[in-house]
Parts: sequence; C-alpha cells; structure tokens
Amino acid sequence: MNIIGLYNYWIVVVLMGIGFFIVIAHENLIKKLIGLSIFQTAVFFLYISMGKVVGGTAPILDDKWQLYSNPLPHVLILTAIVVGIATTAVGLALVIRIQEAYGSIEEHEIQMQNAQDQMECQLEAYGFRKNNAFSVKSLDE
Amino acid sequence: MTALAITRMNDLFAVVMLSGIYSLLSAGFFLDLDAVDVAFTEASVGAGISTLLMLATLKMVKRYEGKTRYKPMLALGVVGATTLLLIYGTLDMPHFGSADAPIHQHVAPRYINDSMDEVGVPNIVTSILASYRGYDTLGETLVIFTAGIGVMSLLRVSRETKDQQQKRVPADMQQQIILRIVAKMMLPLILLFALYVQFHGDYGPGGGFQAGVIFAAGIILYTMLFGLSTARLVFKSSLLQKLTAVGVLLYAGVGVVCMLLGGNFLDYNVLRHDPVHGQHLGILLVELGVGITVATVMITLFFKFTWRTVKHKYIDQ
Repeated sequence: MNIIGLYNYWIVVVLMGIGFFIVIAHENLIKKLIGLSIFQTAVFFLYISMGKVVGGTAPILDDKWQLYSNPLPHVLILTAIVVGIATTAVGLALVIRIQEAYGSIEEHEIQMQNAQDQMECQLEAYGFRKNNAFSVKSLDE
Repeated sequence: MTALAITRMNDLFAVVMLSGIYSLLSAGFFLDLDAVDVAFTEASVGAGISTLLMLATLKMVKRYEGKTRYKPMLALGVVGATTLLLIYGTLDMPHFGSADAPIHQHVAPRYINDSMDEVGVPNIVTSILASYRGYDTLGETLVIFTAGIGVMSLLRVSRETKDQQQKRVPADMQQQIILRIVAKMMLPLILLFALYVQFHGDYGPGGGFQAGVIFAAGIILYTMLFGLSTARLVFKSSLLQKLTAVGVLLYAGVGVVCMLLGGNFLDYNVLRHDPVHGQHLGILLVELGVGITVATVMITLFFKFTWRTVKHKYIDQ
C-alpha cells in the first residue's frame, strides 16, 4: 500500500499540532487566538482536501466539464470561515476588556492578580482591613 | 513555514502580519484544490478583515509578548503525542484526490447531477448553500448576528468618547493625499464589485458571504482614510444595528413566506408557479439577507474596535 498518497492529512495534522502548541504553550492571549485560528485553518484544509477529485474542476456546472470536485465541503467551510472571523472578533473584544481590567494580557499576571484579589477578599471577610491586616488585635476577635 | 515562524516570534505586530500572509497562502491552497468560493472568502476575510481587527487590538495592548514562565517541553510532548496518534489515525483514510472515497458516494452525486434540474443554478456551491442546506446557512447567519451583538455589548461606546471624537474631525491619515485620492477612485469600484459578487453568485464564485465582506472592506478603507466621524454620517450606528437584524429577518422571512404558501420552511419551489423560478427568487433573497447581515456586522465590528482605540487615545490619558 502506498502511503505517500496520504500526505494531505499529514500537512493538516502538522498544522493542527502547531496551532495546538501555540494555544497551550503561550501565555499571551492574542497569540493564543492566532493559534486557535491556525488550528481552525487546519480543519478547513482537512475538509477541502477531502473534497478534491484528481482531474476534477471547480463545481460550477458547464458543458465542457464532466468531473467536478465535491461541492459539499466547500459550502461547509465557506460559512465556517465567516463564522470563524466573527467568533475571533468576540475573542479580541474580550481581550480588550481584559486588558482594560487587568492592564495585561499575559495569563500568569492575570492569575496572580486574581489570587491577590481573592486573598484580600478573604481577609476582609475575617475582619481584616487592608492597612492593619496583620495586627494582633483583629486576630483575637 | 509561516505557521512555524508565528510560534517563534514574540513581536506581536510581526505575528499579525505573518498571519495575514498565512491566510493569503491558504487562499491560494484552496484555489488549487478547486474550492474557488472558499478561496474567495478566505482571501477577503483572513487576509483583510481579521488582520485589521488584530491590528486594532494590538494598538490597545502591549506590542511584545512577555517571557513564558513554563518550560515548553511538556506542551511539546503533549502536542507530539497527539500528532503521532492523529497520523496513525490517517493510515486507513482514502488517498488524496481519489474519486471513490466515501465522501464522494453519499449525497454529492445528487448535488452534482440533479442540482441543475432542481435548482437551475450553475454554481453548485450556491445552490447547496442557499437551497439544499438553507437551514445550516440560516443558523450560521444567526451566529454572525449573535457575534455582532456580543461585540457591541462588550465594547460599548460612551457619549463622552463620541463628543471627544467630534472635536477631532481630521483622521490620522489626513495628510496622505495620494492614498486618499486613489481610495476615492477605488471605492466605487470596490462597492460595485461587491454588488457584482452578490448578484452573480448564482453563476460564478461568489454570494452573500463574500459580497458582504468585500462591501465592508470598501467601507473600512473609506473610514480609515477619512475618519470615523465622516463615515458615521453615512452609516449611523442605529441604521447599522437595524440592518444587521433586517438581514437575518429577510432570510427567516423568506422561509416563513414559503410556509404560508403551503411549502416547507425555506422550500422555495412554492414562491413561483415554476419551481425553478421560485428557487431562483428564493436564493436571490436569501443571499441578499446573508450579504446585508455579514456586511453590517463586519462594519460594526470595525467601528467598535476603532471607537475603543479613540477612547484609549484621548480619554484615558
């Protein structure tokens, strides 16, 4: 069996791997979004390359041609691309809001600030004030 | 490859530019694989609008990526394992380009052989998109509509920002005379081309999705060169919001009219006495609905992002 004919899937898998790697290994939120969109394009390639027929042509009917590539994946991916940009835009809008709220779009800085806030909240719940958080008097109460 | 370069760089500006190039290259790939409509969309969306939105976001955040704290070996290991498993999974897939693959046996022959008699539109992609799988497309238009609403509510524009903008009418690119004159000449052509793509989608590559994006790109070009306040004279935000809904309603309305005339939802055959004419009319209206929604959502997205940059520039400092 000749396995070289499967090369289109391998390109897809490699692209998918790159996108996946960017998403899990980078902390910058914009970089993560770009990674996601690379992952997405990998899926697009998978569909479109499955629809290709050797010797076929673009699926627009004409008397000169007999063999057409499969139009169904084209339809699915065409809409998926536009939906993809719409969802990416929502992601970017969230990134902007995160930047405004935390002043950073690096994941660990955001988590650090969250942890800090949580600690302060808990301390306040136990009756500590920010200024005298470690005074002995409030500990006794 | 471009994708690899994207992982390595930490200058986000360069990364965004590279992702634009990557999109253009993938459009070329799609063209090579006979997917003309898809290539069209990818070229206008990926290389155009998404790069613009990323740049607008970059203007508000730091340009350089911070140092990663973790060692990437674990991530690399996970990715490597997944990749190997996926490649193992491809081993019994049908070969690239083989005509007897399962994907070509199921519904595709009916679309290719009968769509001319049933729908009467030469571009099979259009007839599947708007007629056979009209439900899907309605759903996707709704998703775009929802995403538009999401961005609108996330990036609300305060009155303060609007007043501030009014005082500073000249756009940043006011001095670029050559660009402005060339853009003025190009703009009618771009909009005309968008309309051509919209209404010629039955016969060649094109349709509501591509036309909407191209139309929006024309407006965005105008906005970039002549300033937000000038563009807003033509596209008031209330008008844009209404048009966004009108597109979806037009689509769904066609479906309801079909039901009232005794057919199924989105069954265009009943729109006219001759089923094929009915199909033509239905597809035209539905594509128009898609085009309106996509164009207005894209314009709204760009406006909202630009408003935010204005706010950051003038108010927060």
